[in-house]
Amino acid sequence: MSNESFEPLLIAFCCQYCSYSAADLAGSMRLQYPPNVRIIRTPCTGRLEVEFFMKAFERGADGILVAGCLEGGCHFTEGNLLARGRVGYTRKFLSESGLEEERIRMINISAAQARPFVDHIHEMLATLKNIGPSPLKNVNPSKNVEIRT
Amino acid sequence: MIVAQRKSIPELVDILKGQKKILVLGCGTCVTVCLAGGEREVSINASALRISSRLKNLAFAVEELTIERQCDNVFIEKAADAIKRNDVVLSLGCGAGVQAIAERYDKPVYAGLDTAFIGILEERATWTEKCIACGKCVLHEYGGICPVTRCAKHMLNGPCSGSREDRCEARADRPCAWQLIYQRLKSIGELDRLKSIKAPKNWGASIHGGSRVVIREDHRI
Repeated sequence: MSNESFEPLLIAFCCQYCSYSAADLAGSMRLQYPPNVRIIRTPCTGRLEVEFFMKAFERGADGILVAGCLEGGCHFTEGNLLARGRVGYTRKFLSESGLEEERIRMINISAAQARPFVDHIHEMLATLKNIGPSPLKNVNPSKNVEIRT
Repeated sequence: MIVAQRKSIPELVDILKGQKKILVLGCGTCVTVCLAGGEREVSINASALRISSRLKNLAFAVEELTIERQCDNVFIEKAADAIKRNDVVLSLGCGAGVQAIAERYDKPVYAGLDTAFIGILEERATWTEKCIACGKCVLHEYGGICPVTRCAKHMLNGPCSGSREDRCEARADRPCAWQLIYQRLKSIGELDRLKSIKAPKNWGASIHGGSRVVIREDHRI
């Protein structure tokens, strides 16, 4: 797949107190951004675990955007700071596993920042287009047994 | 508790190279608390191994399981089926856990962690060593601060005079254990303990006398 025709699949984990509202506001303001973003609402970015990110990559996501509140403005005081650490830890695992660490990024925005939210989406998608598709796309996951008890 | 650290994914891939069916086995006790080998770390490491495998065509089939405790047979038995249906076990337990599994099953068992020390959570995400299991505890002499573990020179009759301010001469990021001992004994009114000269330590009770065994005859049947 050439990078020109490549449309990345971006998973955006959005905190319901800030970036999810910003995404909502972007809709109300009729701001346009590409449809290849899957927004997942979370109660707080502090709820997100490293294994969520790893599983998303394992299943073929091209990139992940973690969008939390401005630092100092977390509804749960420090959830976004925990998420920052976990995104950094995920980057370490990605590069050790052979994937580009730029495939995951954390941003901090408030509920009022609809336009910056859209800008971040565009920037992340541009980064992913530049990197290229995830090599884990279209790989039959059944070859890799996974059983949890 | 026992504190351990993860091995990097390239290290694990190197250890597992040539294997097909791999069980990543976590432990729900010490290494869960020190964020090295619990259910969460099993999931992360298993995902990373699967990703590595796909990118490098290693054909790993990775299964995940975490048991309550790897160093206890009652709990190890719960992993029996999973161990049997895999070719190899990558244990995210401490060194004791790895060996406990290896002794019970006729399968290769590899250490997925580097076991570091016996310690405590000193502050958020920071674990520090408190005990080297020397076999003959002298903590009562030193206000509950272990010079054997926490003094870089293991001095029983300290300080060494090399400390700078309250920092250890050998490791500037750690406090001088003897400074702590002095302050502690002073605060509990036991400074007199420092007036007696301690005899050289008998290290025979430590690992230098060979691998140790504890037997309680009253509990044997």
